[in-house]
Amino acid sequence: MSTFLNRNPYRRARRSSIVSGFDPVLTGAVVALLIIGTLLVYAATRDWYAANGLDPQYYLKRHVINIVIGLALAWGTTIIDYRLLRAYTPYIWGLGVFGLLLVLIPGIGSEVNGAKAWIRLPAGFQIQPAEIAKISIIIGIAMLLSERTHNNDEPTHQDVLKALGVAAIPILLILAQPDMGTVLIISASVVTMLAVSGASTRWVIGLILLALLGGFVAVKAGVISDYQVKRLQSFVDPNADSQGAGYQLRQARITVGSGGLIGTGLFNGPQTNGRFVPEQQTDFIFTVAGEELGFLGSGLIVFLLFLILMRAFAIARRSTDPYGTLVCTGVIAWFAFQIFENIGMTLGLMPMTGVPLPFMSYGGSSMFANLIGFGLLQNVHASHRG
Amino acid sequence: MNQRSRLSLLVTQIFIASLMFALFGRLFYLQVAAGPKYRDAALSIQSRDVVTPANRGFIVDSSGVPMALNRVGLAVTVDRTKIDKLPDKGAAVVQDLVTLLGLNFDDVWQRTRLCGELPKGKKAGCWTGSRFQPIPITNTADPQVALRIVERSDRYPGISATPLAIRSYPTTLGLNGGHVLGYVGPLTEADLAGANGRSYFRSESIGKAGLETVYDEYLRGTPGIKTFIVDRKEAVTTTSKNTKPIAGNHLVTSLDIRLQAATEAALAAAVKRARGSGYRADGGAAVVLDVRNGQVLALASYPTFDPNAFEKGLTVQEAEDLYSEKTGVPALNRALQGLYALGSTFKAVSVIAAKDAGYSLSASYACPSEVQVGNRAFQNFESKSQGTLSMKKAIAVSCDTIWYRIAYDEWLRDGGLRPKSNPNDYFFKAAEKFQMGKKTGVDLPSESSGRLANREWRKAWYNQNKDFYCNYKERATKAQQTAFLLQLARENCIDGDKVRAGDAVNFSIGQGDTVVTPIKLAQMYAAIANGGTIWKPTIAKAIVKTDGTVLRTFQPEKLGELGEDQATIEFLHDALHEVTIAGTAAGAFAGFPVATSGKTGTAQVFGRNPNGSAKADTSWYASFAPAKNPRYAVVMMVSQGGFGAGTSGVGVRQIYEAIFGAQGSTVKPELALFPNGKPPTTLPRISPATKPKPSILNPGKPKVVATPSPTAKAKVKR
Repeated sequence: MSTFLNRNPYRRARRSSIVSGFDPVLTGAVVALLIIGTLLVYAATRDWYAANGLDPQYYLKRHVINIVIGLALAWGTTIIDYRLLRAYTPYIWGLGVFGLLLVLIPGIGSEVNGAKAWIRLPAGFQIQPAEIAKISIIIGIAMLLSERTHNNDEPTHQDVLKALGVAAIPILLILAQPDMGTVLIISASVVTMLAVSGASTRWVIGLILLALLGGFVAVKAGVISDYQVKRLQSFVDPNADSQGAGYQLRQARITVGSGGLIGTGLFNGPQTNGRFVPEQQTDFIFTVAGEELGFLGSGLIVFLLFLILMRAFAIARRSTDPYGTLVCTGVIAWFAFQIFENIGMTLGLMPMTGVPLPFMSYGGSSMFANLIGFGLLQNVHASHRG
Repeated sequence: MNQRSRLSLLVTQIFIASLMFALFGRLFYLQVAAGPKYRDAALSIQSRDVVTPANRGFIVDSSGVPMALNRVGLAVTVDRTKIDKLPDKGAAVVQDLVTLLGLNFDDVWQRTRLCGELPKGKKAGCWTGSRFQPIPITNTADPQVALRIVERSDRYPGISATPLAIRSYPTTLGLNGGHVLGYVGPLTEADLAGANGRSYFRSESIGKAGLETVYDEYLRGTPGIKTFIVDRKEAVTTTSKNTKPIAGNHLVTSLDIRLQAATEAALAAAVKRARGSGYRADGGAAVVLDVRNGQVLALASYPTFDPNAFEKGLTVQEAEDLYSEKTGVPALNRALQGLYALGSTFKAVSVIAAKDAGYSLSASYACPSEVQVGNRAFQNFESKSQGTLSMKKAIAVSCDTIWYRIAYDEWLRDGGLRPKSNPNDYFFKAAEKFQMGKKTGVDLPSESSGRLANREWRKAWYNQNKDFYCNYKERATKAQQTAFLLQLARENCIDGDKVRAGDAVNFSIGQGDTVVTPIKLAQMYAAIANGGTIWKPTIAKAIVKTDGTVLRTFQPEKLGELGEDQATIEFLHDALHEVTIAGTAAGAFAGFPVATSGKTGTAQVFGRNPNGSAKADTSWYASFAPAKNPRYAVVMMVSQGGFGAGTSGVGVRQIYEAIFGAQGSTVKPELALFPNGKPPTTLPRISPATKPKPSILNPGKPKVVATPSPTAKAKVKR
């Protein structure tokens, strides 16, 4: 393992400029995805808005603003001393939990697709506290599981219980919205972080079993809303509900499949322009890539996402302290499961849940969170090059 | 990092990498492997086809005179994509429209509903096409009404009036032509499902009967398709495909419009004449063939229907009447679907049987008033004794008893009720030479094959029916329990599988179980006339494209040869000519300026009419002309029409008058249908304006019932 790390060329790549902390491959892949995503958001909304007499660049403009703000946040996250970040962690966690509580208060939280996930702000903006919660949980758990006297110590049962407590409170609040997709992604990230922290294997296996049992009981006991059961059923039998969730999944699959090898060309997808797939600038952004860019374009997107994840693993491995490794692991698991859930849903591999595609979907909160996550990776990379 | 952490990180990395590979593999499957399938699925989601029907090709006679063409109608249509946007979904507009057109609101409203929109059981009359196809309310709008709709388009949003082609069957010279031409109508679900192996668009019309259905694939052309790409709200975004309709090809037939009109008129007159003599005359048919090649020059059936009625849309009553016994089942084409005993017209076949059996055609035979056949006496027609006659004279006066004698003797020779293992069966074999019991193969749909009641048929029939006849008392209804029928059943039960003496003698004079269609008899007489060739009757001569190039020609087809020697054929020609000058048809053809040959037939029919009266005889006349070098075979049949000569013989004479241009006892060569006595062999130029040449139906200037040409544009202001 260590010989592999020693051969890594980026260890020697030192620069003194302001961008010296940035991993070029990771950064390149993220920037490429941001550009492709911007074009896709525009393609997804342009014709429909124009046809309905609205500004065709409405979403484009807002998406670009989101990216600019997000890049500023990423830059800030990158250059901050991560010991300082550690010190702020409890506050960030508290802010996330506060947001999640606010969302549940009627009149403040707004409900979309059966989930109270947004806080409405003036001027048509709204934020999704669950996205901030993702970051707070990751850095919170990383802090708890890495606070040991010796580097090679394993987290004690007490550490693990504390970490689970830190995760459980926001998870329960998100479950109350309910936003099953985010709960699944956070839970999977927590389990992954526990595994990588060196905690007892029994914890990991136990938690996985608990998650399966919990899911089973939730469906049986009706904790999961009808809306979610329907989505799950339509995943099993896409023809069961021809105009609802099953319709969306079938349309998504047809739209991607109809793109073929080279696609219809950007802005030329009749399925996209006819808006047969709902939410295609957010959760179903990948259908636009599938139809208009074909296998070559959408395959490139999957490859770029893969590249980001693999670079992040390299950074995690190179980190000299457990905190950095765990933060990277948390971000990797978060990105990976969200990517798999989002694209998997579009391609009919996963049931339908409303999670956006990192770096590509329209949506401020998730864009900010994703880019902060990217900043965390860069921060660890910059801090542990030695 | 400790070792377990490193291992966990590696496992996580492998796991996540495999998730990404799964996405990649799935993406490859959807877009590359299954791409075409999804592209089709996407297309069916996005695209809506609007079909513009092609102009149907004409059906013309052998001189190019149109018998079926298209005229301009005015269609008033409702555009659902427009009226649906109105606040009341168009209810008020449709209400205004039905008031203007004098229609019923509920009917029209139902007609503008897509079938998919309506609940099960309430779909009757719904629109089977798409929302984007303008829905026709009427095809025959009054021009004044259409003009008002077009001028006040603000008052009638979504309603438009457009000219369109309607199939039209001209009534030139009183022509009907329904039974041979057929008609067109909307597609049925079975047609759409590909019942006949062709694929159609929902809004097309197709040939439903006659030549229209047989040659539909040539006539109908290719409809134009306009494909709209729509979005989720069904709003049109773009037009992706726009093909112009390709007009159908024209069908050139061997028919002659003047002869067809004359044949229809002569048949109707024959029926009228028979009814005037007190006969029921419930139907009839007439066929004219070219004996040299089997081409059909005219084909008529009675009663008729109006082929133009279908485009207007039949009322329920009209549709029922087509198949009703009360109205005589006008839909039935008796010329090729009606089955009748041939009566004495069969004696031409019997002559060949007798000759084959060794009887001399020049000898004299006794024609007594009756012949004892076993224990039953078979009477001559009207029980008259004619003394001793030559065979030729016996044919001319239609003596029955000479045939009873010969048929009975031959039956005995073949072993009677215990037939030899290899009987001669001269009579059956002569009938088989004429291919009786087989279809003629005419290019019209649903021809009946007729029935040849020979030994094989009788065995098959007995196997099917012995249970009924051997248990007659239990199986038959009360009304069927008469002494005569009980006796018949007993006989049928005992030896119904055998050819009995009565069957044999009845067969020889065209009575009994053997039946033919009128076109079959025409084919048989054409074979006698042309020296022995059995031709397949054909109506189609060629398919001609709209630019005049010939796509396909139809060649005459020989089905077989009688194989008789010249002497027998000459004897038949001589004897059949004798019929018209000194025989049963001498009265009907008295003074006719062209020598013809023919044979009357008056076939008894077993059974009763609905009102209880016994069925009257079938009146036949089968003939060919000229007597020397015959060119035409003409057969007429009137069911329950009485005597052969008086009803059908006179009718056939009228058909010959038209063919030869005969008026009274003189021939006017300029009024003959075919110069040089030959139907045209070259293909005509096709134009909707072609008028028929003079004939006795139109001796002076051609008198044509005006039919607007399809090229004339309806003057609709826009």
